[in-house]
Amino acid sequence: MSAGTPPLSTPPKPQAKGLNCPKCGAAITLRSFGQAETVVCGSCRCILDAKDPNLAILQQFELKTSDVKPLIPLGARGKLRGTDYDVIGFQRRSAKVEGVTYAWHEYLLFNPYKGFRYLSEYNGHWNDIGMCKQLPVFDGGSANYLGEFYKHFQTSDANTDFVLGEFPWQVRVGEHAVVTDYVHPPRVLSSEKLDQEVTWSIGEYMYGKEIWEAFRLPGTPPEAEGIYENQPSAVTTNVKEIWAAFAIFAILLFALMMGFEMFARKEPVFEETYHWDRAEAKGEPSFVTDGFDLNGRPSTVQVKTSAPVDNHWIYLNYALINDDTGEAWDFGREVSYYHGYDSDGSWTEGKQEDTVIIPSVPPGHYYMRIEPEVDPSLPSTSYRIRVTRGVHPMGIYGLAFLALLIPALLISWRAYSFERSRWSESDHPPIQISSGSEDDD
Amino acid sequence: MTQPVSNCPNCGAKIVFRWSSSVQTVCEYCKSILVRTDVDLKKVGQVADLPPDSSPIQVNTEGLYRNKSFVVIGRILYEYDQGGWNEWHLMMNDGTSAWLSDAQNEYAVSLSTKAQNLPAASQVHVGQQFTWNNQCYTVSVITPAHYRGVEGELPFPYWDKTNVTFVDLRTETGKFATLDYSDAEPALYLGEFIEFDDLKLKNLRTFEGW
Repeated sequence: MSAGTPPLSTPPKPQAKGLNCPKCGAAITLRSFGQAETVVCGSCRCILDAKDPNLAILQQFELKTSDVKPLIPLGARGKLRGTDYDVIGFQRRSAKVEGVTYAWHEYLLFNPYKGFRYLSEYNGHWNDIGMCKQLPVFDGGSANYLGEFYKHFQTSDANTDFVLGEFPWQVRVGEHAVVTDYVHPPRVLSSEKLDQEVTWSIGEYMYGKEIWEAFRLPGTPPEAEGIYENQPSAVTTNVKEIWAAFAIFAILLFALMMGFEMFARKEPVFEETYHWDRAEAKGEPSFVTDGFDLNGRPSTVQVKTSAPVDNHWIYLNYALINDDTGEAWDFGREVSYYHGYDSDGSWTEGKQEDTVIIPSVPPGHYYMRIEPEVDPSLPSTSYRIRVTRGVHPMGIYGLAFLALLIPALLISWRAYSFERSRWSESDHPPIQISSGSEDDD
Repeated sequence: MTQPVSNCPNCGAKIVFRWSSSVQTVCEYCKSILVRTDVDLKKVGQVADLPPDSSPIQVNTEGLYRNKSFVVIGRILYEYDQGGWNEWHLMMNDGTSAWLSDAQNEYAVSLSTKAQNLPAASQVHVGQQFTWNNQCYTVSVITPAHYRGVEGELPFPYWDKTNVTFVDLRTETGKFATLDYSDAEPALYLGEFIEFDDLKLKNLRTFEGW
């Protein structure tokens, strides 16, 4: 080896480059270690060729609105999903949809090992966006990406209004691209078509609070307005689970009901038919029945009253009395049955039968005191009383069923409203959309 | 594996080939481009200074791909109108070689693949589909690129190339293909995109402030 061999020099460590704007002399920092294609002078709004050592001016643009200021300052470093990123570029883009201009902001993030990502912000709604490495598959109005279906949301013509910082591609103010969004909350799949080239990106919804924490920004993030295209909805995601839970509970309830019904004792303990005649009903109309025994553990007692009433009523004041203790259960039951015919057709009201269940009646020897009241237009009638021990009450199941059904319906309704608001901003406003709640039941 | 050792015909520095199939290398000291012949090394050119580069990978970076460890032994730097990218030449621990491309920190590993009836550059258009190894590939972009420089060991001589046409093909699964039209016969590379963290890279460059 010759003596003149120079020592191996390691290439210098890449560092952020400090330059000056050729137009106004303002300091310009390049933070992406030579990956920038263009850089924007923050003070004179020149777009400069970052690859040119002299930073040739590519475009000068006028600032139309003075309030375009990045919410995350250029150069800020934050930790997103475990990786540090610097904010190196910022652009404002807008699209006109049915005469209304919508503007959003995009922040370009850079990590020298992991590369580029974006954050987008629209009215306080944020998305963390990366480039797609796979091609989506199309099927009618939806796209399949990595096995998930994304519904077409909107196609619009996006204009670049304002740029700041550096970009690894040629950026120009006034450039148009056709942007198409497909949503599968919390993700959004977007295509951007510029000339011939189509690029795909995949974004995930983020809350302003998360961005503020990631970049340790002072103050509070702007309040999110309305519902964004891929904003996750806790209620929407829960709808399917709620109905699945509802179905399981309803089946359990039914099984419980069947089980109790099957094992209910339904033991007849007393049955008697009585006659009432207005001509005989003088003085004290109340009387007591024969005694009967209720055995076993405390349990329900069903009292069924039936009377052949026809456009009449009878009312019975009952007292179920424990012969041993004197404890009494007082209750009144009416049996009435009416029917007729009017302009709407024939109608009926009431039944010739009434049932009541008294819960938890202890065992013992019992009798009933009965005081009938009868429709004044009825001269005489008969009525029959049947007492059954250990009847399983069904009404409670109806209540339990409602208790399950009402929250499920409420959540479905909220999810439906949420999805309606989401899709009202899309190319497919909600006329034909279903929230997924109706067809889940 | 024996590592053939010789000396740079230009400056006399020691030249070590780490991969036995390497055809070309660059002298680390005098940047002469050296091509291996049956008998010796021939200087065929000189590498102009490579432009400042931001790839975190460098010659000697080590990593893991499909449970095989590799070391970076060379690279080709390409340029196109939207920037540049690196194709890092990997020597796998089983003696094969592969390419790790770094295009704006998007990483992909590809292997040279033999295939019959590859289309001529003039016959290819965006959206066209091809099937290789039972996988359907769709042409996504055709890039006229420019060869910018080389470093380290390469499996073919690459010192006299200037313009190259690349056809990139994508799939629905993260696999991709590249048709390389730098030679008279098109060459096919099949590969897949890979996450930076999955490569388990060691001996990376460091960046000021990171």
